[in-house]
Amino acid sequence: MTIQFNDETFRDDYTFRNSDWAVKRFPFPFHEDSYMYSVNMEQHRGGPEGSVYEKRFDVDEHYVSEMKDRAIVLADDPLRCQSLPHMTLAGWDLLELIMVSKSEDYPDLFELHRDGNTWRWINKPLGIDDTFTFLDETTLPFGPMEYITRQSQGDFAVLDQRDDMLWMDAGMVTTQADWSLDFDIGMNFFEWHAPVPKAHEMGIFKRALKFLLNIQQGAPARRLNWTMTVNPLLDTSPENYHKWGIQKTGLTAENIGQKQFLRVELQTFYRLPRSNALAFPIRCYLIAFEDIVSVPKWGRRLHRVIRDLPEELATYKGFIDNRPKMLDYLSQYDDGLPTSPGVWPDLDTEPALSK
Amino acid sequence: MSASPTKAKAGAEKISVVVSAKVPVNDLVTRFEFKRQDGGPFPTFSGGAHTVVEMNDAGRTRLNPYSLMSDPEDTETYAISVRRDDEGRGGSLFMHNFVNVGDQMNITYPVNLFNLDLRARKHLFLAGGIGITPFVAMSKQLDRIGGNWELHYGVRSAALGSYAEELSTKNPNKVHVYEDDKGEAIALEALLNGQPLGTHVYVCGPKGMIDWVRQTAKQAGWPDDNVHFEEFAAPQPGEPFEVRLCKSDRTITVGEHESLLEALEREGVDAPYLCRGGACGQCETDVIRHDGAFVHRDHWLEDEVKASGKKIMPCVSRFVGASLEIDR
Ligand code: HEM
Ligand code: FES
Repeated sequence: MTIQFNDETFRDDYTFRNSDWAVKRFPFPFHEDSYMYSVNMEQHRGGPEGSVYEKRFDVDEHYVSEMKDRAIVLADDPLRCQSLPHMTLAGWDLLELIMVSKSEDYPDLFELHRDGNTWRWINKPLGIDDTFTFLDETTLPFGPMEYITRQSQGDFAVLDQRDDMLWMDAGMVTTQADWSLDFDIGMNFFEWHAPVPKAHEMGIFKRALKFLLNIQQGAPARRLNWTMTVNPLLDTSPENYHKWGIQKTGLTAENIGQKQFLRVELQTFYRLPRSNALAFPIRCYLIAFEDIVSVPKWGRRLHRVIRDLPEELATYKGFIDNRPKMLDYLSQYDDGLPTSPGVWPDLDTEPALSK
Repeated sequence: MSASPTKAKAGAEKISVVVSAKVPVNDLVTRFEFKRQDGGPFPTFSGGAHTVVEMNDAGRTRLNPYSLMSDPEDTETYAISVRRDDEGRGGSLFMHNFVNVGDQMNITYPVNLFNLDLRARKHLFLAGGIGITPFVAMSKQLDRIGGNWELHYGVRSAALGSYAEELSTKNPNKVHVYEDDKGEAIALEALLNGQPLGTHVYVCGPKGMIDWVRQTAKQAGWPDDNVHFEEFAAPQPGEPFEVRLCKSDRTITVGEHESLLEALEREGVDAPYLCRGGACGQCETDVIRHDGAFVHRDHWLEDEVKASGKKIMPCVSRFVGASLEIDR
């Protein structure tokens, strides 16, 4: 299908909207009525047609506007994109992975023509047609990682693998859930995860690291993570907390359906060929509460998950103060009926709200 | 989330290949070259990566890891070199005696447990015998990206020095060959002391050589993180032993010439693995109960864990005793 790209904003007047198509394919993250951290990893080998899991790098109606928002953030703060000197090769690996995947998965939107090391890249939605020499930085307007991630939705961390450890040595981070690349650059897997509650004691990070170190070429993996954001803001960074933190106090019973967003990250993991580094794309999807509750199963379930979430997690995710308001709103969409297992909307089989 | 509940299979992804060349390198070593059956390009890889070659030896499946020694940017051909081991379990003999040009085989995607540290100012390679193979690929990769490397290569004799001549001719200032039968040896202490700050040393060869390099480097004050080694332990034959598999609820016997991992696979038990050489940690298995002694041959478990008897690496380690129960 051809995608109609929205013209929308993620700041100031917040014109971001999800179409019906985007709502139905939203990566709802809860497969049951409760949530706790786990090593929730699975293979990233496609998924149901039209779902966000189908393609290696999902492109949707928000693509063009998200890339404009990234350019604004970078103009303001160039340190959102950093790559230590030894990571340039990994940047080329990432550029190749994304160009090959997108041109194969979306041939009507992206084209890659390779003649030896002379590559021509055509990105139709963004109006780009560049010819460059692969592995020669001087032939691109930016370093390879920055060049390609200015054209790819989601954040990217590129991890060097050394001494049985992963190191955050490069990244493009402008759509993050309150963490900072500039702060984390050069840290290892345990160091940058230090602020997360409970998961360390549960042994989750030890097992997750072991899994990641063994991710192999040709066998990518994925997992979901989630949090809450008031207003459809992509850039919820510590650097800009003074701008967005106060917006959390503006929720009312009247506006919560439109202003409160569930924020879901589809995280994927790829072993890169030449550098043996690990690419970690973190794709952010936003959905307003009023759109979630339009799917009866999701409305019921979200209420139960938020109600029963341990306090440490609600605090860490930054919505402990707003939880009562969320529950007032969501409880209207929970009639106590059981929900079907799994994440899918099941619109044809799940009963309508009986309240 | 389970968007698609596909369960991970053991081992890396496989590629179907055809043997495109079989080249005798010397009396002991033969090079095998592969092309893809589907005619498509191979994935590029990083120097130091290996592939696991699947051999169908009269109905019995053998899976042996070999370092890739072709140019990592060459997506048409993969190459490995196999040293004939007349005393070993037969994988290398099978390759030498029964694998020929035109044969179809499966190999895995590249897996790298011996990668370059790209922060290094200089890469110092120390090879012994067939341990030369990963360095062939690494040096080609570094030449492309402008990396600084130097190779010191110990061989039994000029005649048995695989690729020694080729490498020296191409890189006269970087390659130093030491012939055992002429009494030549790497002057390791002096070599290590003379390295510029930021050098990383990589060693691949027989176990004795690896231990020697690690010890000498340690004594000379080198940080562990700057010393890299890859040691593939081949599984060794041993007395047959019985194992009770708790999850699968049955008891199997591991034969004299197979590993515990191979016995699990023969019985259709899906057991994880990657390197099959005791190095990657993927096959780590919990021991539920045992009465006897382990023969730990891996480089993965810490010594205390080995001593505790709570874990075993089925790809290379064995057991001698009255009974063993594992969590598979
Ligand atoms: C190499 C890949 C990964 C990177 C770069 C990464 C990075 C991060 C970062 C930067 C944070 C925010 C920490 C903060 O508060 O400052 C985070 C949170 C977290 N990470 Fe990771 N992570 C990775 C892989 C994983 C994996 C495989 C797991 C599997 C369990 C995991 C579990 C978590 C959890 C549970 C949180 C807390 C999230 C929340 O509650 O919102 N991470 N990660
Ligand atoms: S398979 Fe790698 S340690 Fe056993």
